[in-house]
Amino acid sequence: MSFEPKLMGFLCNWCSYAGADLAGVSRYQYPPEIRIVKVMCSARVDPDIVLEMFIQGADGVFVGGCHIGDCHYIKGNYYAQQRMKVVKKLLAKCGLELERLRLEWVSASEGERFAKLMTEFTAQVSELGPSPVSGEQPDIKKLKLLFAAKNVVEDVRVRSLLGKYVEFYEKGNVFGRKMSEEELDGLLDSAMDDEFARVNILLAASNKPVSVKELATTLNLPAKRVLQHIVTLKDRDLMKVSRIEGATPFYQSAQSVRIGGE
Amino acid sequence: MAEKNETKDKPRIGVFVCHCGSNIGGFVDVPSVAEYAKTLPDVVYATDNLYTCADDGLTAIREGIRKHNLNRVIVASCTPRTHAPLFQATCESAGLNKYLFTFVNIREHCSWVHMKEKDKATRKARDLIRMGVARARLLEAQEEAKVDVAATGLVIGGGVSGMTAALSLADMGFPVHLVEKEGELGGFVKNLNNLYVTEKSATETIKPLIEKVKAHKNIKLHLNSTMKSVEGFIGNYNVVIGTKGEEDTKAKIGTIIVATGALEFVPEGLYGYNQYPNVVTLTEFEILCKKKTLPKLKNVAFVQCVGSRGQNKSYCSRICCNVGIKNAINIVDNYENMLGLMEKAGTVVEKIPVEQKVPDEILDRRRRRRGRERGEEGEAEEAKLGPSEKIEVTVFNRDVMAYGVEHELTYNKSREKRVKFVRYTPEHLPRVYMEGNQLTVGYFHETLKLERTMPVDMVILATPLVAQPDAGELSQMLKVPLGQEGFFLEAHVKLRPVDFATDGIYVCGTCRGPSDITECVTQAAAAASRAAIPLSKGYVLAEAIASEVNTDLCVGCGICATLCPYSAITVERGPKGMKAVVIKAACKGCGACGAGCPEKAMTMLHYTDEQLIVEGLAGIKEVVL
Repeated sequence: MSFEPKLMGFLCNWCSYAGADLAGVSRYQYPPEIRIVKVMCSARVDPDIVLEMFIQGADGVFVGGCHIGDCHYIKGNYYAQQRMKVVKKLLAKCGLELERLRLEWVSASEGERFAKLMTEFTAQVSELGPSPVSGEQPDIKKLKLLFAAKNVVEDVRVRSLLGKYVEFYEKGNVFGRKMSEEELDGLLDSAMDDEFARVNILLAASNKPVSVKELATTLNLPAKRVLQHIVTLKDRDLMKVSRIEGATPFYQSAQSVRIGGE
Repeated sequence: MAEKNETKDKPRIGVFVCHCGSNIGGFVDVPSVAEYAKTLPDVVYATDNLYTCADDGLTAIREGIRKHNLNRVIVASCTPRTHAPLFQATCESAGLNKYLFTFVNIREHCSWVHMKEKDKATRKARDLIRMGVARARLLEAQEEAKVDVAATGLVIGGGVSGMTAALSLADMGFPVHLVEKEGELGGFVKNLNNLYVTEKSATETIKPLIEKVKAHKNIKLHLNSTMKSVEGFIGNYNVVIGTKGEEDTKAKIGTIIVATGALEFVPEGLYGYNQYPNVVTLTEFEILCKKKTLPKLKNVAFVQCVGSRGQNKSYCSRICCNVGIKNAINIVDNYENMLGLMEKAGTVVEKIPVEQKVPDEILDRRRRRRGRERGEEGEAEEAKLGPSEKIEVTVFNRDVMAYGVEHELTYNKSREKRVKFVRYTPEHLPRVYMEGNQLTVGYFHETLKLERTMPVDMVILATPLVAQPDAGELSQMLKVPLGQEGFFLEAHVKLRPVDFATDGIYVCGTCRGPSDITECVTQAAAAASRAAIPLSKGYVLAEAIASEVNTDLCVGCGICATLCPYSAITVERGPKGMKAVVIKAACKGCGACGAGCPEKAMTMLHYTDEQLIVEGLAGIKEVVL
């Protein structure tokens, strides 16, 4: 049997869901793999919901909103755009193909376009094949990275930056200084990189004490950065020194880090 | 009947799968889907109907609820966008809270789009119902709270729009506060000379309006006043009106209409404005006409689209073509009446003596041509031409937008009166300069493809209406948006032109963008009638699909408040410290705050994280969590 991708769609009530309705009313045919969840606004789609779908084995996720400027809730689609950008960056870190997540604007009058997008998206994901983390034998390494990614989008610092993004860009910070998109993306990227590394350190040091050198090799990071992250994690009471061998301290996660069902 | 809101009880789900005649039944194996539904957790009853939306289908739902003691109902049929209200009402009539109803779309999203793949469509229908069951199990009953509305209106701005809106509300019997920044009513129009189409004096036209407003027992007029603060939400605004030299007025307001008007763009540095004498804007020219202080004129040039349409401002100001045409006609017809002694009036316009430089023979030729155009034989006699026709009026324009019935007629009339229209392009703008003592317009003749010059006595610049400089301040106070050009931004450009996205605040007149008086009055009446709906109803129903704060998790960072497009969230100090507070009456339920809260302290009722995740999960795997 040929591969039938599992595709989840999150469509906003006012535009893309209505566009999907119009595709039906106009009898535009498209492949039947997509499963649609209705949300009131694309801004409701929390990045961690998207990552959860991938963790659970979705081969592709489609998020649909109103066209920019047409959002029923004024600017929800801007938020969705920022948030999905973040998810894409994390997917890349996890080694998943970016084409598995698609954000599109579909208006209530674009039934034909909706059908076309579905046909395209289904073909695209079919071509990629099953997600590395879906099926009977998921790639555990990538699955772990996805869990780490989900932790990143649930992190307070990353979420705060993401939440303030539009405000910093449009109105400026508390000092009234406006920040450019590049500057904000840079901040957000470095926050995500940091959190991603930290979650991975916690995971690596979850079951057995490890040295900075070992961590640096496993995570492919400079030893200095690893040490900085460990200091931060110690400050957050998430990590402790387990033992010292000669001059080398061995670190372990303060509590065993649970990832999903593991 | 008491509603079954006991959602803590174990869910008892009923699933009604619709054939929709052959619309679904022809492409999906409906009976097998209904059978499948019976195997899903907590489903105690499942059936298929030929038409669930028909009487017998609705009766089946009601009876199902009674017989099987259902506390969740799922209908798998068409789209919730059309049929949800019907099924929700059916559930309510059987005592089930309408938020315990779940709609599964197996027609628009399934049978109609997979018409050639019955097996796959049937499997998809099953999956969609499984997703619906997963969601239904986590649903909770919701209440739509009633919020009282104070039956008093507030209108900001005492121009034609504001006065019309205030009068409409007052005539409906509601007390209205009318706030005007200046010392007298009338706004922009009070400066104007006459109004086009009617040709009546502007002052005379708006005089009855002003008198009515002043005399109306329901209108409390605040002149020399501005808004000091506005707090609250629809039905419950606490406003403070500051009046020069008087004590502040505090009032409780139900709905607010913004009618703060616009200003004329000052073309500083353009076309010799403020540099050469006798270069004025359209409104300045009207003031001169009104005061009857025009200098002696023989050649007048209008330049249209000064600073608008992609120059200083991007937009077309909509009214200037017609105002320009009106004034061109005024000059030809009424010039003698408006002529006055500049020195006496002491205005900015200086009289410059200019001699007619066109040789007599050319003038004669022109007169003959005019005569021929009128169908008169031979030489037309000068006596037949009015004295003012000696005045040459030229309108330099990009395009003349004399839209609609009246304006086109006015335009034709101006052509009959020998007003010349000379087209220019943005690549070749006309230039205004002094040649010696002579004010001159240099322009590129688009037909002849030649540079030409024209000695003139006066240049009138048609500049666009621009937003009030203090609109930003008011927009922040009211928490309503401004568009790119600084005008107030309505909720929907086509369908909700006088509403703001925020309930309870409405907009009309030129503060929303350039419009003529007719349009302002229409908008004002519309805004007043929109604003009167909550006032006369006395209450508003708050959205049940709203966000809810978990005060244990909330740290009061305020990110949700900045994300909210409706200003429905504030951060207030409570017993547990600074916490976000959701104003239910203002929340629209988009969920932007929930998905953005760093602490995950914000829950979107009816669309919670859990509900979305289990629904999605049931779509990926054959599980119902």
